[in-house]
Amino acid sequence: MLVTSLYNYWVVIGLMMIGLYMVVAQGNLIKKIIGLNIFQTSVFIFYISVGKVDGGAAPILSEGEAVYSNPLPHVLILTAIVVGIATTSLALALIIRIKRAYGSVEEREIQAEEAQC
Amino acid sequence: MLSHLPILQVILPLVAAPSCMMIRRANLVWFFAMLVSTAALVVSVLLLQQVLDTGPISYRLGGWEAPWGIEYRIDLLNAWVLLVITGLGTAVLTAARVSVQREMDDLRQTVFYSLYLLCFAGLLGIVATGDVFNVFVFLEISSLATYALIALGRDRRSLWAAFQYLIMGTIGATFILIGIGFLYMMTGTLNMADLAQRLPEINSSNTVLAAFAFIVVGVCLKLALFPLHMWLPNAYAFAPSIVTAFLAATATKVALYLLVRFIVTVFGVDFSLTSLPLQSLFIGLGLMGVFVASVVAIYQVDIKRMLAYSSVAQVGYMVVGIGISSVVALQATLLHLFNHALMKGGLFLALAGLVYRLGSSRIDAFNGLGRTMPWTMGAIVVGGISLIGMPLTVGFVSKWYLITAAIESDMWFVALLVVLGSLIAAIYIWRLVEAGYFREAPVARAATVGEAPLSLLVPTWILIGANIYFGIDTRLPVEVTGAAAQYLLGGIQ
Amino acid sequence: MDLLLDVALLSLLLVTAVAIAWTRDLFSAAMLAGIYGLLSASFFVTMGAVDVAFTEAAVGAGISPLLILATLALCGRRQKPDRSRALLALGLVCTVGALLVAATLDMPAFGDPDAPAQTHVAPRYLQESMAEIGIPNVVTSVLASYRAYDTFGEVVVIFTAGLGVLSLLLGLADTRRSAPSLQAVPRQHLVFRVIAKILIPPILVYALYVQFHGEYGPGGGFQAGVIFAVGFILYALVFGLDAVRRVAGHGLVQFLAALGVLVYGTVGVLGMATGRNFLDYSALGSDPVTGQHIGIIVIELGVGITVAAVMMLVFYLFSEQLQERGDGGGQLTSGRAG
Repeated sequence: MLVTSLYNYWVVIGLMMIGLYMVVAQGNLIKKIIGLNIFQTSVFIFYISVGKVDGGAAPILSEGEAVYSNPLPHVLILTAIVVGIATTSLALALIIRIKRAYGSVEEREIQAEEAQC
Repeated sequence: MLSHLPILQVILPLVAAPSCMMIRRANLVWFFAMLVSTAALVVSVLLLQQVLDTGPISYRLGGWEAPWGIEYRIDLLNAWVLLVITGLGTAVLTAARVSVQREMDDLRQTVFYSLYLLCFAGLLGIVATGDVFNVFVFLEISSLATYALIALGRDRRSLWAAFQYLIMGTIGATFILIGIGFLYMMTGTLNMADLAQRLPEINSSNTVLAAFAFIVVGVCLKLALFPLHMWLPNAYAFAPSIVTAFLAATATKVALYLLVRFIVTVFGVDFSLTSLPLQSLFIGLGLMGVFVASVVAIYQVDIKRMLAYSSVAQVGYMVVGIGISSVVALQATLLHLFNHALMKGGLFLALAGLVYRLGSSRIDAFNGLGRTMPWTMGAIVVGGISLIGMPLTVGFVSKWYLITAAIESDMWFVALLVVLGSLIAAIYIWRLVEAGYFREAPVARAATVGEAPLSLLVPTWILIGANIYFGIDTRLPVEVTGAAAQYLLGGIQ
Repeated sequence: MDLLLDVALLSLLLVTAVAIAWTRDLFSAAMLAGIYGLLSASFFVTMGAVDVAFTEAAVGAGISPLLILATLALCGRRQKPDRSRALLALGLVCTVGALLVAATLDMPAFGDPDAPAQTHVAPRYLQESMAEIGIPNVVTSVLASYRAYDTFGEVVVIFTAGLGVLSLLLGLADTRRSAPSLQAVPRQHLVFRVIAKILIPPILVYALYVQFHGEYGPGGGFQAGVIFAVGFILYALVFGLDAVRRVAGHGLVQFLAALGVLVYGTVGVLGMATGRNFLDYSALGSDPVTGQHIGIIVIELGVGITVAAVMMLVFYLFSEQLQERGDGGGQLTSGRAG
């Protein structure tokens, strides 16, 4: 019972850890951003799992349904997804500028350039 | 109209930002932004007055009552912080025009003021709201605007600094989001007051502890508490001068507010500071921040960077106040929040004037400036004295309260270290004085370099003057912060 | 059955995430990220979160890979090995992971209808929203009325990101020769042109449907805005950026981005003008429920306008960067043209 009841949360933790690992360990800036996306998406999955009710339908009211999933986490995550893509687009624009200014998108090479001046 | 004050505080700048994009004439946009932020300042004064008269105010957004809708809740704590932010934000904006004009083309100036207002509104929104998820949304508004503002710096390193801050900031915000998710899962609510009521019943749960840990770490990333401060020095050093002044005066203050709000109001002092060894952790990290950052500051060649490290050190003092967790200590923290905003606002604006004239903020550019730019150098000296904490300046007041609090709680050692930390500040400030007054100006510098433009100098001196004024006439800040600390810690001690 | 689907999707997500972390080819990482987005969208459907699934599909499998690919075209697709911080990262990740696992032990079981999250605030939305707001999609009710202020913040976030990208990328592309380079697909590729012409009108109509049907089914301003923008983006990919910019230029798109936020804000202020609080729509109509209806339709429109405009603005700015590389095409289209 315990394993299935918490399975969702453990997978979410696994995804979070992979995402966070990519953000910190990968030297390529684009890869970092992809990692950040995975990290954020795993949080979304967590929220949506919290809102799940056994046997609940999608929260669009209709005749003949008595149990619905919790709509509040859905609303929060809609907002969070939008915030996520906003961050991603800004980050990618920054990467394009960094590529122009430093000629590289590898963290190590950028830091080497920084150290020179 | 008076009943709408809490929401006006935030939506004035929030709605003004897109309006800027419709005006599109740089000078006009600046003037418009000025009007709006002055209005926001007036609103915050009225709000503080109202809270002092009638106690906390609640405002239901969309007309829905609290745990179902989003609530704005203004008590003494956030009314005070709102006043600090609108005051400093307006002062910095007044000074912005010449500096921004020189650094950007017409459309970029419009975008700059738009982003400035967005950041401003985001910060105000974080402070005003009584809903934890709403905190996240406004945190992201202010953060995204901040990343873009930092990247507007002329040096290419501003891009790299902005990117690093973006990564750290997003991790921090996502941590906060995880914490909020845990809280919602365990209590079913997002409203701060409601959370405060429901949390004590489930205090011992691991999930609540984890929520607490994630939120505190996330906020401390934003606060740049040592050792999570790595993003701050570069961001401050390479951002446009005006942006540095604005961020130094407001952004970390809001993060500090958030820390106090979560620790004291949402989780409650009983839980936050007793069930975890947080008290000693905050005092320890705070003091380490003070010493490490101050010592690093001494060795900086770039003055913006030096003052940035000094900001990390000052955050240390404020966190020590939270760690001691008596009424007087919390009051010291809130006082220092205000005082440090005045000091760093004034200092960074003075630096903006220097950079405007010299194009550099390296220490060798300071040589002989005491004669060529007497008013700007004067402002830096007075601001520096306040930073050290000499009597008759605001810096003295907050350090005094902090030391008193430490002694009252029998933490002599802490009191001693706070005094020592101030002495280190004296060393790096002295380097500026030495360069400005005791070294000869380089021959290469043409006589054309004169005093900073008046539109920069006046706001600088208003802030520096406030450093002295509130150092002598301490009634307003001391009374408000005293009442706020008393209100927050209520029954305890 | 549900459980099986759930376990299968989550396992696929894990595998995809590992593959993304593993590969050094950024192009495949971007593609896998798109798959990851689609998988999480499917997972959201099984959780009954249809609105979220819709949005995640549009963002995670649409916009985000598109932007990443555009960035790759400029920055190169090979990643250099760099192990310098693997240990630090591992330590950090393990600490966070341990904390998270500890946290799960006290959590209410998955799907438990008696969990606090299901019993405190949420029931009111499910039980009362029909009487208070009068539309069947509860997610829309909460999003556009009970928590409309968060959604206002969301629109402002989008607007802020648009401005940020604008301030970062604007004007850089015009410094050198202006070779039109997100070029039209060459004339002989008739198939593309015909298919695009057939597809675009239904896409735009579908966007309008999603925009105004959000009260009854999944959908709403955000999704509609994305779909609307996608119609234009598709047109730009096939007929060239200039063709689209002639219809909706930089100035217009920036104006619309600001306009959407202002529309939303104005509805809020109207609430104040009618003697209620900010974003309280109940006095906008003859009775509160009608007022809520009107308010929701208008603010969703504001959301749609800003989202579509910002998406197009960001797309313009990114593809202008490609344009500036000068060597014609850029990899976004050259792959297809070749």
